[in-house]
This record gives sequence, structure tokens and C-alpha cells, in this order.
Amino acid sequence: MKVRPHITQNEDLLFEMSSPGKKGYQLPALDVPDVDPLAALGAANVRAEIDGFPEVSEVEVIRHFTRLSTWNYAIDLGLYPLGSCTMKYNPRVNELVARLDGLAWAHPYQPESLSQGAMKIIVQLEDALAEITGMDAVTIEPAAGAHGELTGILLIRALLEKRGNPRKKILIPDSAHGTNPATAAIAGYEVENIRSNEAGGIDLEVLASAMNKDVAGLMVTNPNTLGVFEESIVKAAAIVHAKGGLVFMDGANMNALVGIARPGDFGVDVMHINLHKTFSTPHGGGGPGGGPVAVKKILEPFLPAPRIRRVGKNLKFDYKRPRSIGKVRAFYGNFGVMVRALAYILAHGGEGLRNATVDAVLNANYIRKKLEPYFDLPYKAPNMHEVVFSDDRQAKLGVRTGDIAKRLIDYGFHPYTVSFPLIVHGALMIEPTETESLREIDVFVDSMIAIAKEIETDPQLVLTAPHTTRTSKVDEVTAARKPVVRWRPVAGV
Amino acid sequence: MRYLPKSPSERQQMVEACGLSSPDQLFAHLPDEVRLHRALNLAPGISEYEIVQYFRDRAAECASGYASFLGAGVYSHFRPVLVDTVVSRGEFLTSYTPYQAEIAQGTLTTIFEFQTMICQLTGMDVANASMYDGSTAVPEAAMMAVRATKRSGVAVSRTVHPEYRAVLTTYAKNQGMPVAEFGYDGDSGSANLEDLERSITADTAAVIIQSPNFFGVVENVKAAAEIAHRHGALLIFVFAEAVSLGLLEPPVDADIVAGELQSFAISPSFGGPFAGIMATKERFIRQMPGRLVGETKDSRGNRAFCLTLSTREQHIRREKATSNICTNQALIALMATVFLSVYGKEGLRELAMQNLSKAHYLAGKVKPRFSGPFFNEFVADCGAKSPYAVNKALLKKRIVGGFPLGRFYPELADSVLLCATEMTKREHMDTVAQELA
Repeated sequence: MKVRPHITQNEDLLFEMSSPGKKGYQLPALDVPDVDPLAALGAANVRAEIDGFPEVSEVEVIRHFTRLSTWNYAIDLGLYPLGSCTMKYNPRVNELVARLDGLAWAHPYQPESLSQGAMKIIVQLEDALAEITGMDAVTIEPAAGAHGELTGILLIRALLEKRGNPRKKILIPDSAHGTNPATAAIAGYEVENIRSNEAGGIDLEVLASAMNKDVAGLMVTNPNTLGVFEESIVKAAAIVHAKGGLVFMDGANMNALVGIARPGDFGVDVMHINLHKTFSTPHGGGGPGGGPVAVKKILEPFLPAPRIRRVGKNLKFDYKRPRSIGKVRAFYGNFGVMVRALAYILAHGGEGLRNATVDAVLNANYIRKKLEPYFDLPYKAPNMHEVVFSDDRQAKLGVRTGDIAKRLIDYGFHPYTVSFPLIVHGALMIEPTETESLREIDVFVDSMIAIAKEIETDPQLVLTAPHTTRTSKVDEVTAARKPVVRWRPVAGV
Repeated sequence: MRYLPKSPSERQQMVEACGLSSPDQLFAHLPDEVRLHRALNLAPGISEYEIVQYFRDRAAECASGYASFLGAGVYSHFRPVLVDTVVSRGEFLTSYTPYQAEIAQGTLTTIFEFQTMICQLTGMDVANASMYDGSTAVPEAAMMAVRATKRSGVAVSRTVHPEYRAVLTTYAKNQGMPVAEFGYDGDSGSANLEDLERSITADTAAVIIQSPNFFGVVENVKAAAEIAHRHGALLIFVFAEAVSLGLLEPPVDADIVAGELQSFAISPSFGGPFAGIMATKERFIRQMPGRLVGETKDSRGNRAFCLTLSTREQHIRREKATSNICTNQALIALMATVFLSVYGKEGLRELAMQNLSKAHYLAGKVKPRFSGPFFNEFVADCGAKSPYAVNKALLKKRIVGGFPLGRFYPELADSVLLCATEMTKREHMDTVAQELA
């Protein structure tokens, strides 16, 4: 058994534990004369006291957040098999180096002569990502995956505009992440969803009939969201290129390819990379991330400004980018995330990165093999770093993927990705990553099998899960119907 | 590789369980033409010790031990020790977006507290931390205004951070969103509201102003809102220096607030990662992009929190979503939440007052260019000297001078934007004043 219950602390909100005059800070004595804000700013510009703002002591702050932290599941506690999210171990040395004074306190506008180390880190990361993806140039400016997608589509648009016509549509397989169509819309394109073939992959005939001079490009995820490598990717790219379109690859699943195959070698023109997935920067409850974009030479002139150039012995920012799509984010992107990603790459080296990919794919295949007798596997093609089952067998007994997920919590694991990709009805999408031991994976597999058996003998147990968490099933319907999105003081108290 | 937790025999055991004889067979189905038939051209992996050394060397090639007068959207404020103590807890650091509410109450509760504090600071009804930073929050706010008003364009003040405006331009041109810029008053340094009256049309969805603006000047938000509303447009209030919210009147007349949290204990870190916020009035809640946390109950009747109103979002709505944003800058928002908890009601005001006092001390010793009220940043006239010459002389004294404005405002090529915070020492301000004299 992986888990048994233990005591957790209850904790009020900060606002509820406040008491007037309580302090957790002390400022240094002011070494200049005090300025009267009313005189300096004018009475109309000075605010009144902030009603209900926290007033707590230092020890209460540390206890508050420590107590809350114990209510979370995390990679540091165990396998976190969210498909498509690549929840791998976040090495702590990366946290240490990102906090070194010279890097953490570097101001983006400080002189270039005092920024050479930071600029070197950016260049070295860009170069490494270009080698890993087989592309010619990389911009690190986008702040997250969806932001990288947007940058990539804007680059395609800029090239087509220069050729005379930005075109109207982007083709997106029905298996794609929701960010893909949302991104195409923000970039000003119509979305045409294209149906996957029986194996869940790109249907070349459907693609060929959808591809015309109105289509700017194809957004493709490879391996796709079934975890299956698109074996016809080279042919698909040729179909798109023949009609003057470009191929964008969503790099969400790059953890399956590093050191094994490179998008630049199989027809991709532009792709984004999730530093917070493939390159292990912490997800931190949803962010920050990093979404660098790698491109072929034809798209390089359009990359966001600035680029970093070597001039003699020094690195310089080059803002003279007349064909650039413009800036997608202030300054140079999420530098602190880049530091962590480069530390990860340096720790592995080329061979280590490849070995990590092999173990990630091995773990997913091992789980597939062990769970296939118990769960329906709708698509049988060989999988890479993740495996997608359906709840077909369990649904016949009234239990759905979301229920199984909640029961998995009782066994001490974070659930897999529920009900995605949309092309699998009742999907269970499992991505273990390479940083799981055989022991941890075996406990997970045993838990999934135990749940499959429970569904046959006692489905109610699963339907009412989770049973062991300090917070039981949460009423999400009421939350959406009557949104309470901030704390307010109780009247009269 | 030390991050791979398998012994050779375990790996072999798993390979055999898969019915294979070697791990390479896992890739046998890949077409030969897509395979990389060589090793990646990257240096061999190195030890933890060497990694630390490598980055120490890079850090040593950057400014260290310099006093700095740079602000311009990124501010040097002291970071209470508790901030890193809390965010280093693995339960916060290594968790994902809190979709599974039963095992993510820690993150959800902190986000709810964060949303509340941002509402308290801005005077809005609802807030989130789902924007990448201030620069990307601005176009997201503009797109939201376009949806809410069904109009197509925005009018933005030239006193909004130039990099924020650059990002707005990038987003706008592909959205068919006309962006009109209006100027600033050469005496006060605040947005020229007469020019705004001339720029605004029946198709203007929103007026965008920043306060304190890029020159550090506190804008007349009420007047700008009055003009926007009279023309049926929304007012988007932008802030880049969050500590100012501790002292300045909250932008209650705005409809949407888009801001940058960096000042709340987020390291400058060469420009990121930061976090952007978006806040708005209750009536616009369903037009808002990004993740929101709501209060509810669990099946036992205990207070609980969960992500809510997700039908606005890309994973449900796909191309019809309010935004493609998937991020939720939770860890950065947590830094801000811890920071605000440590300082609290009195501390945030006292901190803001120290910033005000320091900047006014420095301004009293140099020639401010504008007459408008300012918080911790202002424009100084360098007179006959070039700002670059001044900064070069200061560098020799281990001081990084202010931001020369000529880069973004050619008409202000003789001026420098100076920032003083609670970390700025009087002796360094005296040195800067001497150099500018």
C-alpha cells in the first residue's frame, strides 16, 4: 500500500486570522527626509487604508503557507501521470543557479557590458535547442507553450504576407490540444479541423483534399496526443509544402523525440518547445513556463526582436529587424526559466538526453503492457512516451474515466489526464516520464488494476471516491453557477 | 544519468516485460528517414558541482555589487526571505495546474487569497494571475474590451510602457484591431487628454492608460475614464510598479485592470519570469481570459476551492475561447501573495512611503523634466550632458544610472528615467545628483 491517512492541519484564510497592528515586517530606517504623500501626490491621488487587507505575523505566514502546502499533491510526492503535461522531476540545482545574484538581480536594461553572462546563457540555450530540434534558429522570447504557438503562427503569417498573401485558414487535426485552435484564432486565422484516420493519425487523403491556396499551414502534434508517432509526417509535410503552406509542430510531446528524431529532419518549418515539460522547469501550480520557438532559415528574418549577435568578443542585442513580427513579450522572455532549462541540458549532455527519452518511452510501454488486460486500448499503434486507454469496459458498469481518476487519488497518485484527447471516448491519458522508478510504476500499475477489479465488485466505492482526502468531492457546479471569486468581510463582524 | 532512477537490471526487466530484447526496439517502428542516425552534438553531461560553477561564472559576468537607478518596468525591491522559503516547498513548486481540486487545495487556496488581495488593491471585483506578464496582459485586456463592447479598436497613451505597446501592436495587427496612440503633455508628463478626445471614435473599444506612467507620473485616471465612458468605451488601467498600489488611489473608475506583479518580490531576473494580472468588474467576468478560482463546498460541507468558469477557456471552447492562454502563473502569484502577507496592510503603505520619500529626495537634487506628481520614478533633464555620458561616468563609481529615454522617445534624448526604491542609498543618490549637475 502506498498510502495511509495522516493528520493535516486546518487553516483559515489570511484575512480571517488578521488582527489590527500585527506585523511580519520591519523596514530599515529611512535615510532621507519623510515626504508627506498628500503634499507630494495631492489628496485625490492618495488612497485610504485598504479594508480587510492581511495583518499577520511572520510565524503565522510561514505556518499558513506550510499548512496549505500539505494539502497539495506534487511530483516530489510521487508519480504524476498527466498525459501531455510531462510531469518529470525538477532538479533542485536548477533552482539554486537561477537564484545566483548576478542572474536573479540582472535588470533587463542594464548595460550589455554588465549582461554578458546572461546573454551567453540565452545564446547557449538557443543553440542547444536548435541542435535538439534540427532547426536553424530559435527565439526564447515566448513565455509559455500557447504563447510559442502564437509566435509560430505569426511567423508563418509574416512569411506568407511577404510572399503576397497571408491566406485564411489553419488546418488542425481533431486530436489537437485546445490551445491550437485558440491560437490560430488569435493569430487571425479561421480553423479547419481535419478528421484523423482509423489509427488516430493524420489522414493523408483528408489532408490533401483540405489543402489548398487558402490554407496557411498545418498545426500538428508529433507524437500526436495518442502518444503515437505520425509515421506519415514526411508525406504530410510534402502535401502542405506543395501548395505553398507551412508546417507548425506543437512541441508538447518533444519528450518522446529528444535524441531520437528531429522535427527539422521530418518536414517541420516551425515548432515550439515547452521548457516546463521537456526540459524539466517546475510547473509551479500552472506557471511560469517557457515556450521557445525554433524555425527553419526561411522564417528566421521574421523572429521577434531583439536577436543576440556576436560582435568581436562581445554579445550585443540586435534590434534592427525590419521584417520581424514585432515583440511578443517585453524584454527577452522568461530568462529564469531558461537558466533552469540550460542547467538540465548541461546535466544530461547529448547522450543523457537520449537516454532520458528511451526511459520515458520504456515506462509508457511498460504501463501499456501491464494495463492492457484491464483497460480498453482503442488505438493499437506502437506508442511513444504516453499511452491512451478508454473507459469502454468500465463504462458498461457505470464507471467513467473521471471516477477512476478520483479513485486513483485514494491510492496515493495524481490522476492521469481525463477525457482527452477528444477522439477517444472516455480517455485515460497516461504519461509517466523517465524520472519514475520501477517500484513507483509497479505500485501505480497495481493500483490501476485494483481499481479495475473494484469496478467489477463494488462500483459504488469508485463512484464516490475520493474517500481518503482531507477535501472530499468538490462541488464544481455550484462554484460556476454562483461564482465567489474573492473573500469579503462578513457584515457586522 | 543521475536523474534516471533505474538500475541496469531493472531497465532490462522492463524491456523484457514489453516483449523486447533491447530498448532501441521501442523505436523500431519509426521510419528510417525520420531517425537521427548520430548522437546529438552537445557536450557530455556534467556534475552538479560543474553546473553550479558554470552558472557562477556566468553570474560573475553580469553586474554584481552595483547600485542601480533603473526602473522602467522592472523594479528592485527587497525580497523577504519567506518568499523563497515558501515557493521552494515541493508541494507548491512541483505541482501542476490545480484541476484535481481534492488534492490541490493548497494551490487553490493561495490563488483565492491572491485574487482577493488584487481586488482589494485595485478596487475591482474579480482578478486572476493567468497572464504571462504586464506586456501580454495589455493585449489580452484590449481583446477582452473588443469582445465586451463589440467595437474594434483601442486608443493607447504614449505614456504606456513602450514594450507593452510593442506587444499590443503585434497582437493587434493580426486581429484587425486598429491601435490609435495619443500623446502626452510636455509640461506635466501625463497623458494628453485633449489628444485622447481627438483620437477616440465610435469604434474605440477601450482607452488604455498606465499609472504611474512610463515617466513615473501619476495619471488622472478619473478624467481618462470619464472621456472613455462618455464615448461608450471602456477604460483599461495598466500598472507596471505594483508597490504604488499601496499608496495611490485604486483605479475604481477603470473597467479592466492589467498589470505587472514584478514589484511584489519577483526577482528582476533579466526580464522574467514575471506575472501579469487581469482584474475587472463583476459584469465582465465571463469575458475575462485565464484561470479563475472560486469558492464552493466539498461533499462533507467543508469550504473548498476549485477552478471555475472554465467554459471561457481554450481546452473547452477551442477556437471560440476568450484567449489561447493555458498558463496560470501560480508560483509567481504565490511569491506576491507571501510578499503581501509579510508586509500586510501597514507594511505595504510604509514601503510605498519609503519609495516616495527616496525618489523625492533625489528629485530635489536634480532637474525633473515634468511637473506631474510622481511615485518612485521620474524623468531628469541631463542638460548639456548626454545621458549615456552621465551613465558611463556613474558606471566607474559602480552605479548603474537611469534609463536613457531617447531609445523610445527621440524628443527626450537629453533625459533619463531615474528610479529610487527602499533599497536605494542616499549616498548613491548624492553621487547621481553630482554627476547630473
